[in-house]
Amino acid sequence: MPLFPDDYGSSFFDYLAHQRPDLVPASRAGMSSSSPLVPDEGRGSLVPPMTHGTTVLAIKYQGGVLIAGDRRATEGFQIAGRRMEKVFKIDGHSAIAIAGAAGPCLELAKLFQTELEHYEKLEGIQLSCEGKANKLGQMVKANLPMVFQGLVVLPIYVGYDLKRAEGRIFKYDITGGRYEESDYHSIGSGGKDARNTMREHFRKNLSEQDALRTALLALYNAAEEDVGTGGPDLVRGIYPSAKLVGADGITDVDDQRIGIVYAALIEERKNGD
Amino acid sequence: MPLPYYVSPEQMMQDKAEYAKKGIAKGRSIIAMEYADGVLLVADNPSASLYKISEIYDSIAFSGAGKYSEFENLRKAGIRHADLTGYMYSREDVTARSLANGYSQSLGTIFSQELKPLEVEILVAQVGESGHANELYRISFDGSIFDERGFAAIGGRAEALQVFLKERYKTDPLTLKAALSLCVATLESGTNQKLPLEGLEVAALDRTRVGRKFRRIPPSESRQLLA
Repeated sequence: MPLFPDDYGSSFFDYLAHQRPDLVPASRAGMSSSSPLVPDEGRGSLVPPMTHGTTVLAIKYQGGVLIAGDRRATEGFQIAGRRMEKVFKIDGHSAIAIAGAAGPCLELAKLFQTELEHYEKLEGIQLSCEGKANKLGQMVKANLPMVFQGLVVLPIYVGYDLKRAEGRIFKYDITGGRYEESDYHSIGSGGKDARNTMREHFRKNLSEQDALRTALLALYNAAEEDVGTGGPDLVRGIYPSAKLVGADGITDVDDQRIGIVYAALIEERKNGD
Repeated sequence: MPLPYYVSPEQMMQDKAEYAKKGIAKGRSIIAMEYADGVLLVADNPSASLYKISEIYDSIAFSGAGKYSEFENLRKAGIRHADLTGYMYSREDVTARSLANGYSQSLGTIFSQELKPLEVEILVAQVGESGHANELYRISFDGSIFDERGFAAIGGRAEALQVFLKERYKTDPLTLKAALSLCVATLESGTNQKLPLEGLEVAALDRTRVGRKFRRIPPSESRQLLA
């Protein structure tokens, strides 16, 4: 009954947890919570293994936020996929990029998409940007039992806040802690390398093209330093994917435009400028 | 211990049906009509925020007449059913037929088992894509389900409106403008007075849209269409 404790409210995630707990990632882990924690390979510590095999990033520009990610998926020392998509459009004004175990990542993205659409339809109004970011935090927190089994899922959330008329970036930790970033952020195994690059090149009010160039350069540098991150694959024509999140919605940056930026970057490197 | 009264099942059902019908007839009407690009839904609804028409899924819309709290619950249940199906299988596996069947079963069970039947009549519409026909289902308080063609009316004096529409609706596709003016004329024939556009809730399932087909048509746009 509405307004009484047994109601599901307007959350699809809560509804699923009550009605079909088998479909919620966290409760699956709960079922086997009696099993001992999986120690980090070799080192015997109980610290969960760090996110592996990805670099995803977000960077602000004049018109909003650009969000991008590489396309490589790894299984140990093997390459499991070259066309993996790690940046997801969630609704008209938000997108996430995820680092971590591939299966649970895709599941989180799909669940978050359904969650926001479900809320909008039930309430007749969209959640605020802040509300969406908080909800994602709760979903990441619900995944905590899975982290101890080695299945880390960490997102970056970017949204265009229509009330404030600006793009916003949120990062998370495995306990669901939610932190807003003012300029740029990047996560994954190559995240630190990408952040270093962005720190050098970031200015306030970057133009769209400069932001794209900086993001792609950051991913390129990350791919050079980190085995888990894929660079531009010129032979197969596979490039990192990027989306622009602005006031008028979300636009995919097409491969051709990314290809041109990379061609110029590679040319610069050859010439040693 | 007093003996329970005996009431024949016929009498009990008849009483319940009468009670429900009375409740529904008190309300205002809603019309759904197929037009060239999809399905148009128009409700006589003076409130600008308490909706009678709403989106269920990509190509499915819902509207309810009668008691607000009751059809609002049915609407929410429908959205939960649709989102769960879409999440478990895929977006294209969510169909109006399955939803209408679910409503029919629930309303039927409540009608026969509960003391008070639901005083609602609901309409589930789906816009057909890539050559498939549109679907319109009307479900009444006792769970009986009707598969309508072309147009459907629920709530208030729905039967009179159906007759009015049967005489005027043409099978060749209407433009949005023509469909809207026919719907408004029909609703006005039911109330015998001119209805202000602000007092109409208008929405459409528009086949030409990408992804989610449902959109609300605000009074300003209705005015432009009818000008």
